[in-house]
Amino acid sequence: MSGESVKLLGYWASPFALRVKWALKLKEIEYQYVEEDLPNKSPLLLRYNPVHKRVPVLVHDGKPVAESLIILEYIDETWKHNPILPQDPYERAQARFWAGFIDEKCVPAIMSAFTNQGEEKEKAAKEARENLKTLESALGGKDFFGGETVGFVDIAAGWIGLWARNVEEIAEVNLIDAETMPLLNAWFGRVLEAPVLKECVPPRDKLLEHNRGFHKILTAASS
Amino acid sequence: MADEVVLLDFWPSPFGIRLRIALAEKGIVHEYKEEDVWNKSPLLLQMNPVHKKIPVLIHNGKPVSESLIALQYIDEVWNHKAPLLPSDSYLRAQARFWADFVDKKIFEIGRQLWATKGEEQNAAIKEFLNCIGVLERELGDKPFFGGDTLGFVDVTLISHYRWFLVYEKFGNFSVEAEHPEFIAWVKRCMEKESVSKSLPEQEKVYDYAMLLRKKFGIE
Repeated sequence: MSGESVKLLGYWASPFALRVKWALKLKEIEYQYVEEDLPNKSPLLLRYNPVHKRVPVLVHDGKPVAESLIILEYIDETWKHNPILPQDPYERAQARFWAGFIDEKCVPAIMSAFTNQGEEKEKAAKEARENLKTLESALGGKDFFGGETVGFVDIAAGWIGLWARNVEEIAEVNLIDAETMPLLNAWFGRVLEAPVLKECVPPRDKLLEHNRGFHKILTAASS
Repeated sequence: MADEVVLLDFWPSPFGIRLRIALAEKGIVHEYKEEDVWNKSPLLLQMNPVHKKIPVLIHNGKPVSESLIALQYIDEVWNHKAPLLPSDSYLRAQARFWADFVDKKIFEIGRQLWATKGEEQNAAIKEFLNCIGVLERELGDKPFFGGDTLGFVDVTLISHYRWFLVYEKFGNFSVEAEHPEFIAWVKRCMEKESVSKSLPEQEKVYDYAMLLRKKFGIE
């Protein structure tokens, strides 16, 4: 569809914006990327997402869609080639379930391991490992959660391979345990190396330094 | 082959109520199984091993958990009657957004509201009423969020209503006083049989809330 205007308001270090970039790339959708200078949110962002005031926001022909997983579904329903979600309603429900699990369980646990210290940190890391192990059960023996190709859950979870590794290094915790979750560990490698996805990933060194900076602030505040 | 549909539910749960409404709207024959969330059945633990929570929709033996996911599943499988989500992809995205807002914001604030006192409670009441206002503006002139008929957001939001009255009681405030349009919407929803039959009695919900407060030592 030519002549359409697709704009993505994002932030280079946001895993949620990365999800949307991946979906747009997989669907070969041309778009204009607008880098938000967080925490100095632009008037544009505040206008397009007055409720949550955060990235990512997809703006299609002037109409905004917010919340990354909702954006992914919107993209999949609007541009029907290279489907991200399965066709079968039951499999779609499963894909939505695991994407939701990542946001409700894996993300908070990893964040908690990142922002806390001592016993709290270890407790959070343990919970994160358990959640990741549970996530692995959805993978089974498949190359990707989507089967032979990248799908909804791969796009939703892939970023953990980068961020969790940074948290491991900075906070000195173990999150992705190669021994106890070998299939998930292998999948992280595979998804981040997948052709289209690899190109959108933020520069690793820059991301590590960015995360490290945050960690200093967060841990200084709590000590 | 006849469809076998089972709903594992707990009578005061807003998350279960919304599935009851959807099943009624679509005329789906099903078996309702009451779970005691304080004493979970082996079936529940088997059907939802990850979260161990109700509601769970079991369709021909296969479980779907998480209420908004189950709502979409119901809408996609039984698409012959009473569609909950619109067909336009932008409007669908908006419906999903607002349903997510209801469950994330309103439900969480509600929990703070009836479990706290003093300054904390006042702040929660203010935030709660603010969110109702946001929803009211989103509704605008339409009879329902779904347009002329109940939609995804209506079903999601009205399922919390008995608990809104619990918040009002414990917080000593009135939603109607601040947001009469919202209450007008509530009344329109309650005129639907699928809604009025799916909501538990208000008194029973109050009693259950009192029980929870005692259980968690909130007085």
